[in-house]
Amino acid sequence: MNDAEEKKLALSHMWIAFGAFLIASFMGAYQVLERSGFLPIIESSRVYFASVSSHGVLMAYVLTVFFIPGFGYYTATTSLKQPVWNIKLAWAGFGVSLLGTVLAAIPLLTGSASVLYTFYPPIQAHSLFYVGATLLLAGSWVWCWIMIVMMGQWKQANPGQPVPLAMFATVSNAVLWLWTSVGVALEVLFQLIPLAFGWMDTVDPGLARTLFAWTLHPIVYFWLIPAYTAFYVFVPKQAGSYILSDELARVSFIVLVVFSLPIGFHHLYMDPEQAKGWKLLHGIGTFIVTLPTLLTGFAVIASLEIAGKLRGGKGLFGWIGALPWRNPMVLAMILGLMMLMLGGFGGIVNASYAMNAMIHNTAWVPGHFHLIFAGTTVIMYFAIAYYLWPILTGKPLFSQNMALLQLWTWFIGMVVLSTPWHILGLLGQPRRISSVQYNSPLTLAWDTFELAMIVGGLIMLGSACLFVYNLAKTQLNSTTETYKGEVEYAEPIYPVARLPEFLNDFKIWNWVIAAAMLISFGYPILQFFFMDTFESSGWGY
Amino acid sequence: MNTDPLKKKWSSAIQSLAEQFKGDPVHIDPLEKKWVYVILGMAGLLVGIIIIDALFHGINPPSHVETIDSARLHLSEEFAEDNLGVQVDESGNITVRIVAGRYGFYPKQVTVPSGTTLTFRWASMDVLHGIHLPMTNMNTMILPGYVAELKTDFPKPGNYPLLCNEYCGMGHDHMWGSITVVAKEHWTAPVKTASKGDSSHE
Repeated sequence: MNDAEEKKLALSHMWIAFGAFLIASFMGAYQVLERSGFLPIIESSRVYFASVSSHGVLMAYVLTVFFIPGFGYYTATTSLKQPVWNIKLAWAGFGVSLLGTVLAAIPLLTGSASVLYTFYPPIQAHSLFYVGATLLLAGSWVWCWIMIVMMGQWKQANPGQPVPLAMFATVSNAVLWLWTSVGVALEVLFQLIPLAFGWMDTVDPGLARTLFAWTLHPIVYFWLIPAYTAFYVFVPKQAGSYILSDELARVSFIVLVVFSLPIGFHHLYMDPEQAKGWKLLHGIGTFIVTLPTLLTGFAVIASLEIAGKLRGGKGLFGWIGALPWRNPMVLAMILGLMMLMLGGFGGIVNASYAMNAMIHNTAWVPGHFHLIFAGTTVIMYFAIAYYLWPILTGKPLFSQNMALLQLWTWFIGMVVLSTPWHILGLLGQPRRISSVQYNSPLTLAWDTFELAMIVGGLIMLGSACLFVYNLAKTQLNSTTETYKGEVEYAEPIYPVARLPEFLNDFKIWNWVIAAAMLISFGYPILQFFFMDTFESSGWGY
Repeated sequence: MNTDPLKKKWSSAIQSLAEQFKGDPVHIDPLEKKWVYVILGMAGLLVGIIIIDALFHGINPPSHVETIDSARLHLSEEFAEDNLGVQVDESGNITVRIVAGRYGFYPKQVTVPSGTTLTFRWASMDVLHGIHLPMTNMNTMILPGYVAELKTDFPKPGNYPLLCNEYCGMGHDHMWGSITVVAKEHWTAPVKTASKGDSSHE
């Protein structure tokens, strides 16, 4: 199959993603330096908060909203063996997202949108920021639609056949993203944009935070699902093994999609505008969504064990040494899982309804999400890029050793950065400060940890540069060597001939999600229209 | 009315639903099956502890849904300047009222007794703020338009910094105050007089 156009589509998405990633990495290193207070000459809250807002938007929204569709289009075309449906529309979506990114970048970089990536009202950014963010989001909906259509077309052409697991996982993310983005879209379209343009004088910050909480948790799984997809469909093949259970992998993706949505109030545990019963309900759901992660961890480690034993590893732990540690995909997953275990433990503390009070909005929180996002999630984006780049560009990877060094330094940097970050949180440091101005002996205990964080941040910046350098060199290499490989998907131990429809489609699950969202968000949103609320006017910063 | 068509419709719907659950037996490794029970048990244990604590020990996050007009806070009875700070009612209950506004707390400092249940009532006069008293469980968001109420007690005397923990603007780093906790027996209730100069803010 000639998929030159699909390759171009995937590469274009991923270059925007990794370009944003590199810029944001420099910002991250600056922030950890500025924040420590060790270099008084660079201290400036104005520059810091502009930088931290841009860093958050670039990493959380631009990197992901370009990488995930880029990866998704190519997964769809290779796993279903059919061209991307309506590729012109796909390019249009790419263009809309890119336009949105540029529009949002202007106020962000000039300090006119220093509202952080959560942009909670009544603090208000330049209107261009909200317009840009909306377009970025709208462009990604095109991808969701194309994924759903392609799965439908394939099913029609192959009645009764199981949808390939890689595609099933990709569509699960497309479905998840459509549901996820509704909350923030409502907030931006009906509250923030009318306020920014002066069509409305006031907004209710309680309603805004409730709508944002709708998006705030499942978005994390939108970022994470490509990593889990690679765990299941790439790593076993690369390690010379098999998928433990195709069906349970599907169950994991379904539970992720269904239960990551109605649980956002664990971000509002400390908020005054929602009552405790709703918070408890969302808290229980939060523990249910740990299940697919624990299931995935078990299944993919079992795949590795099989690989190690097939490669001659003996005994209870002998298989670990026998694994192909020099394969970037396998290495990335091992390192990613270690960070997932540490980050998952921290996440259980955050999710704990009452214990959360000890660490809410402290430095513990960014320590936690950097481990899971920059750690587990982004390290798998690296591995996917190392795997796909030779296929997409037709040239061998510039340096395999550099890729391995990059993955190890990313892991080491992340551990050195995030461990003290967690400790600072336990020592009471707030997460969102640009300098320490408190006249309290408590702050004396913070300095050593700030120093360790700088070391970790600089290691990670070096690693980020190596990554982009390796990709660029691969593509621009004037070598005559060509690479002819294609994407290879892992097979399950037991091939699946037929599947019950609920493991092969999302129609039923959409109804389940609709019911769950109605139960968990219906009254908490409606209450704002029945209560005697007082709205706020917009404020600068 | 003839209910037969309806019945037929239902039974065929149920049948088609049952059809969906058929198919080849699902492949699950016996060890993986055991793991499913283990993780269900783990999640169940944690959820169980949380539910028991919430329902029987009253351990809940601050969730007092109460609205207030933040733009007219100074005109409200409760959060008028003279009523801020520590107040003790006839039955001895202690309430602390503090207003958060860019970039400070009003009053900036309060003194409270240790080992005593205190009711804190927080209100914002402008944007979103949050407060945390490090090493304690006093942590809440303060949204304009809402009163954030929480009850807590501080077992250990000491001088605790009170930190704004939600980004509220360029001066956010400078937004802090303090709460002094003194041993219960050394604490005396502040005497409130009508004169303005005697209110507890600095």
